[in-house]
Amino acid sequence: MAQSIQETQEELIEEFGLFDDWADKYEYLIDLGKKLPNLSEVFKTEENVIKGCQSRVWLHAEKQGDQIVFEADSEAVIVKGMISMLIRVLSHHTAEEIIQADLYFIDQIGMSQHLAQTRSNGLLSMVKQMKNYALAFSAK
Amino acid sequence: MTLDIHKIRADFPVLDQQVNGSSLIYFDNAATTQKPKSVIDALSHYYASDNANIHRGLHALAERATNAYELTRTKIKEFINAPSSDQIILTAGTTGSINLVAQTFGRANFSKGDKILISNLEHHSNIVPWQMIAEEKGAIIEVIPVDERGVLDLAAFRNLLDASVKLVAVNHVSNAIGTINPIAEMIQLAHAHGAKVMIDGAQSIAHLDIDVQALDIDFFAFSAHKLFGPTGVGVLYGKRELLESMPPYQGGGEMIKEVSFEGTTYNELPYKFEAGTPNIADVIALSAAIDYVNALSKEALFTQELALLAYATEQLSTIPGLRIIGTAPDKIAVISFVIDGIHPQDLGVLLDKFGIAIRTGHHCVQPLMKRFGLPGTCRASFAFYNTLEEIDLFVKALRRSINMLQ
Ligand SMILES: Cc1ncc(COP(=O)(O)O)c(C=O)c1O
Repeated sequence: MAQSIQETQEELIEEFGLFDDWADKYEYLIDLGKKLPNLSEVFKTEENVIKGCQSRVWLHAEKQGDQIVFEADSEAVIVKGMISMLIRVLSHHTAEEIIQADLYFIDQIGMSQHLAQTRSNGLLSMVKQMKNYALAFSAK
Repeated sequence: MTLDIHKIRADFPVLDQQVNGSSLIYFDNAATTQKPKSVIDALSHYYASDNANIHRGLHALAERATNAYELTRTKIKEFINAPSSDQIILTAGTTGSINLVAQTFGRANFSKGDKILISNLEHHSNIVPWQMIAEEKGAIIEVIPVDERGVLDLAAFRNLLDASVKLVAVNHVSNAIGTINPIAEMIQLAHAHGAKVMIDGAQSIAHLDIDVQALDIDFFAFSAHKLFGPTGVGVLYGKRELLESMPPYQGGGEMIKEVSFEGTTYNELPYKFEAGTPNIADVIALSAAIDYVNALSKEALFTQELALLAYATEQLSTIPGLRIIGTAPDKIAVISFVIDGIHPQDLGVLLDKFGIAIRTGHHCVQPLMKRFGLPGTCRASFAFYNTLEEIDLFVKALRRSINMLQ
């Protein structure tokens, strides 16, 4: 059994707790962004684009057994770092778990500004879209 | 006259603050400028002492408010050297002014097959209103191209001009890349073909001397908030014979002479175009912004801004992989740039962490970004209260951000 959404969030909070300076945090985030595998070009379609972003962001979801698997990409590496964390937290969970998930880690690691409307980086829409996929899959 | 920047900065309360642990560096002046204390005080003074509806009541407050409101109109007239203050229409902004012209002048004058010329440099506000009326009237929009430097192609402009062109709508200065367009020459050429010219002055009003008569401009639009004044106020200047011949825009109070259910007669200029209770407080506060600029001498302000542009251009050019977008010989203090392999959004996020406000993205000029094959740029835009030291800090933070991202 893989770890729970809450356990992964706790793990991320602990990782970010090691940094006391914003620059270190962002360097780590950038590194996460660079390490996230690029989304295959076949999934970089118009339908998979998340609207409302300054950079283009794509999200692809698939059902494997009773789990949902997310893959995503962005042109901007900081957004990609955020995406990488969202995937680590939410991917490979059931629709029910994803729908119920309260993503408190974002606030706790001091990145809640990235979820603000003004950022127009689409992370808020990204989270919504991930939950929408979960809803759609659970309805099937 | 040289400027005492230290003293000037003290006039702008917003500049004196920490953002993410650093002193704020505000380089997003093309989006909106900051406001001197006198403007902020004028706003609160109006509400604390003079608040009344204008042009209606006979009482003392109504008279004070009306006088202050009309005084702004006079100051605007002088600021752009319009022949008379009834040719100054107060609107909600540049966007409001352009829509007004599209929906009145355009509605009355465009017919099927007529042409409206705009340029590849235009802000969406100077594109979409024309598309809307063109679609309705069957008019055609043609676009004056720009070259690699971001300079309008005047030869192409000449070729596009013919008797079917009813209006040329171009900006005086490009918001995205700072190009100053040769509007004097363009207006002459347009007039020679019988076309009228609307100038979007959103980006020139605070950074160039404007004389609507010397330039022979038919319509000129700008926003108060880009001239150190409040948001929610704009200006439309028009030639008298054009404004008089145009049908009214919105209907309501203030714009009428007499109303009956059989029919309504309209008020004179400028009230014909000012339906309803206007944004009284912000209009009155615009007076203070104009006074502020006049007291400092425009020439001194522009000299300071050009010094900032020259220094920033030189400093940014030392950064490997950095490419300045928009290299016109005549520019205001706006620098758009991209860096190889780095998305503008990432730089915007990191610079904000250093307390530096720049703009990233498409700057509401998607057709221009497409022309350069870019999804967007980073844009630093300066005002006279910015300093060379701020540019040094900006360049340092930019180098550090690039290192983090590469
Ligand atoms: C060239 C230009 N035109 C029009 C506008 C629209 O101005 P406003 O939003 O104040 O109506 C802007 C504002 O960014 C601009 O830069």
